[in-house]
Amino acid sequence: MSASDVAVLGVGMHPWGKWGRPFTEYGVVAARAALADAGIDWESVDLVVGGETVRNGYAGYVAGATFAQALGWNGARVATSYAACATGAQALDTARARILAGLSEVALVVGADTTPKGFLAPNAGERWDDPDWLRFRLLGMTNPAYFALYARRRMDLYGATPEDFAAVKVKNARHGLANPNARYRKEVSVGDVLSSAVVSDPLHLLDICATSDGAAAVVVSSVEYARKLGLDRPVRVNAVSTVTPTFPNTVMDMPNISTDSTAVLGGAVPERTFKESIAHAAYEEAGISPEDVSVAEVYDLSTALELDWMEDLGLCKRGEAESLLRAGETTIGGRIPVNPSGGLACFGEAVPAQALAQVCELTWQLRGRATGRQVEGATVGITANQGLFGHGSSVILSV
Amino acid sequence: MSASPAVEGWFTTGSEPALLGSRCTTCATVYFPPIPPDRAGFCRNPACDGEEFETTELSRRGTVWSYTDAQYQPPAPYVPRTDSYEPFALAAVELAEGIIVLGQVADGYGVKDLRVGAEVELVVEPLDPDLLIWRWKPVTELGGEADQ
Repeated sequence: MSASDVAVLGVGMHPWGKWGRPFTEYGVVAARAALADAGIDWESVDLVVGGETVRNGYAGYVAGATFAQALGWNGARVATSYAACATGAQALDTARARILAGLSEVALVVGADTTPKGFLAPNAGERWDDPDWLRFRLLGMTNPAYFALYARRRMDLYGATPEDFAAVKVKNARHGLANPNARYRKEVSVGDVLSSAVVSDPLHLLDICATSDGAAAVVVSSVEYARKLGLDRPVRVNAVSTVTPTFPNTVMDMPNISTDSTAVLGGAVPERTFKESIAHAAYEEAGISPEDVSVAEVYDLSTALELDWMEDLGLCKRGEAESLLRAGETTIGGRIPVNPSGGLACFGEAVPAQALAQVCELTWQLRGRATGRQVEGATVGITANQGLFGHGSSVILSV
Repeated sequence: MSASPAVEGWFTTGSEPALLGSRCTTCATVYFPPIPPDRAGFCRNPACDGEEFETTELSRRGTVWSYTDAQYQPPAPYVPRTDSYEPFALAAVELAEGIIVLGQVADGYGVKDLRVGAEVELVVEPLDPDLLIWRWKPVTELGGEADQ
């Protein structure tokens, strides 16, 4: 709890799925749900921040204004953020900054997406100087292939098995069963995962998350404003980390075909990897340590990636995530539940909405209102994700 | 033989091919892919304001950082080599210059021939009838276990 906290007044979502409707519809549904949850009328909002979607034309590029117009122009300030998978968190950070500066009082932050069917592929056209185009043209390097590189390292370095990866899916599928906003609400067995097709060795189809339509919205204000509304103990945002990597970035990140060289460090590696630094900055800003965390929502683009994140967030030592998983410590009821919402395994990814969906889930968890998936006694939650081109985020919330 | 490198200036061909990187003449940081000669280059080391680079051959051998394969045909702009899709392996390889470079794995080798930390060597093979590409080939030590 500090002077740089903002209060979460309300959260709302449009269920994830493959609905095939315009993204604005989802955004308005989520926004109205968040406003209703906050007990605030739209006229009181003086700042709208939208998470940009890059797949829905001009309306998507100016998402903040698109949502503002759909809700009815009310003269609010407007901003739109794009930061790949960290889009929602960056939008939240923009809202937080204006509130903490005293320039805005109540902000509505919305992210929504309508996704195409099938693999995510680069835009059409020949671009021999675009790494995101070249990795497909020269190497056939898909997104799942990057996830598979990380998964294979866990196997060769730490003794992880395909059964461990499957167990992450089994856990998250169970967590998401009662989540009304989850797209997939069905039990999955280890056998189901292992008998699904191998996409990129060692990852099976059921190890890899889908792309989805969906929307999430968050209403934030100053702690003072929340108090005036009678909220003495609101969920608070304690930290929003959106740091860039520190040179040299030594992890093979999507969509690159190489890393930075460590020659400048004489071959030594930096103190923290990019993902570790995202979490570290969040902990530092919130003034807490990993031991204080009661629940985590992390970006499980693949099952194995959830295990990487546990270590990047300092929830366990490097190479120990499988032990925690096997002991049931990351299941609801365990020491440090991970992805009680069901995670991307149950949602699929709706890029500009996903980081906000993580914030919605933690808000419900910290209020004790995550029906059917409640982490009992949760007081501190952390989110984490990484996007393309040096974007990533981690948000810490507490009550 | 009319095939030429898929991207001019990224690697040499011949019996001992090598990737071509750009080395900052100020701080000696090495980059791959190389900085195109017709573009302004800026050293990405935050402590260096170098803008001049020289071409340098990267180590031909390295160790496997990780590896996988593509069991489904990747979407365009990937161009399939055959009508019926044949999976291929991919490896991320760490070189002595402290840089990790992705590449396909040489024809005839798959994930079973690789492990993290294993040694591989750069080879140049056809990407299609017109273009050549660099690939990583497992190094078979005499009496070693790693061959097909």
